[in-house]
Amino acid sequence: MKILVGVKRVIDHNVKIRIKADGTGAELENVKMSMNPFDEIALEEAVRLKEAGVASEVVVVSVGDNSSQETLRNALARGADKALLVETEQGAAFGSLDIAKILQRLVAQLEPQLILLGKQAIDNDANQTGQMLAGLLACSQATFASALDVTDDGRITVTREIDGGLEVLSLALPAVVTADLRLNQPRYPSLPNIMKAKNKPLEIISLASMGFLPSKQLTTLNITEPKKRNSHCQWLENAAQLVAVLKEHKAI
Amino acid sequence: MSQTSILVIAEHDNQTLKSSTLTTLTAAQHIAAGSEGRVHLLIVGHQCQNVVDAARTLGGITEILVCDAPHYASLLAEEVCAAVVPLVTDFTHVLLPATGYGKNIAPRLAAMLDVAQISDITEVCDANTFVRPIYAGNALETVRNNGGQLVITVRGSAFTPSQHAGNDVRVTPVQPTAALALSRHVSQSLTPFSRPELSTSKIVISGGRGLSAKENFQLIETIADKLGAAIGASRAAVDAGFVPNDYQVGQTGKIIAPDLYIAVGISGAIQHLAGMKESKLIVAINKDKEAPIFQIADYGIEGDLFQILPELEKALA
Repeated sequence: MKILVGVKRVIDHNVKIRIKADGTGAELENVKMSMNPFDEIALEEAVRLKEAGVASEVVVVSVGDNSSQETLRNALARGADKALLVETEQGAAFGSLDIAKILQRLVAQLEPQLILLGKQAIDNDANQTGQMLAGLLACSQATFASALDVTDDGRITVTREIDGGLEVLSLALPAVVTADLRLNQPRYPSLPNIMKAKNKPLEIISLASMGFLPSKQLTTLNITEPKKRNSHCQWLENAAQLVAVLKEHKAI
Repeated sequence: MSQTSILVIAEHDNQTLKSSTLTTLTAAQHIAAGSEGRVHLLIVGHQCQNVVDAARTLGGITEILVCDAPHYASLLAEEVCAAVVPLVTDFTHVLLPATGYGKNIAPRLAAMLDVAQISDITEVCDANTFVRPIYAGNALETVRNNGGQLVITVRGSAFTPSQHAGNDVRVTPVQPTAALALSRHVSQSLTPFSRPELSTSKIVISGGRGLSAKENFQLIETIADKLGAAIGASRAAVDAGFVPNDYQVGQTGKIIAPDLYIAVGISGAIQHLAGMKESKLIVAINKDKEAPIFQIADYGIEGDLFQILPELEKALA
């Protein structure tokens, strides 16, 4: 089984973002960038399926400018077999539907049985791409996956995190699965694997050569700081004081 | 402005209409308000008469559409989207709650319609302009639709629930689509809740890594029961196995805005703050005075939670 994994380069999850003064987005200059944490988990799951002898090949893809090569090399060091960069112009912004359509074209070429993505990117927090890709491919989907098993009947069994608990689905292949935090604990790439990754294939496809035109349906008018909480923490000495204060606020 | 027509897709479990549907209806009414728009409610499911009965007394709905067939019973995205696509032709907006249910369905539906989807809106500026949080709530994006249908998910904590008006809305059955049978529902395990639901409770008390063991969550439970509060948790507490993962409050868990939020033994990582910083009153109990949670707390107690929680229990008696 061939697995396609999508990864995105985003501002590192530990960075406190700064909004640009002109309201066009977050400041990216001299900011630490990393692989989206949910994509690390999707990739780890694919690599584990390969190590278990279930998957034959793990192809990792990113849509982004040239700097995404670094993210793809990192994915190769974590165990992906080859990488594809669909290269966009610097600063070009794409919506989830655009990304899903680009991935749809790659799926048509590569014919993977399983497509693994993170459940959401921690920058736009959209949580859309996997579901959109499944919709475009008219294939089965399992979002928010916390466990995945390939069964003998050529299907996969996926445990999903739902509001109030867990749900188990059996999916026909091909399928799109999006990873939740608890699917696995991603490994760190070792130095020898980082060295080896330099020699693994990384193919660059220019978006222009795909003849792809992004949707213009949505425009971001501005990005602003949320209003600050007007609170200076008032220190209390003990529980009795807390109860008195909460009663005063009619909070309890 | 041209007239809007909005379809809200109800969240339910074939028995109960979820409160997320009520907050989504309020957002729909905000969109319709400026344009004399109409709001329809769609219920896709199986043997969901109780849901229909609960919905028909809601105010502000022109009509309820019901699509009922056995293959909708498990509410799988593949089947639900197939049912919805032929019904949305005449609608300018399709709205779903930004819950696990709505997030699973909305993008697939949008892609099948070849239109954009806007996730997790917290404000309606006008029928084509919306505000949504990005970067774990550290920035707000204002998005404009330049034309065409829109699929939107609505953050429940940002809108008040729509009220029951006691009227009797017309119910129209619609034709189910053929079963796709791509996915099968195997099983489901729900965490039993005897307490108020986390996402709608007025008071929430949450525990973090500071509780240090599963047994110690009992301290939180005792106080929750005294306050009639729901229980939440940080990701650290969930990962450590103290509580099930559907207790998690944060960017990757539930996003809530109760009247009172009490954080116990939670440092206040960006991820966690994203899920609770819209709470009206925030109280933090932590032994580390430098913990980031105190930067957004209205009231703080610096101290050992194992001493303070039993005191709090006594003080509430």
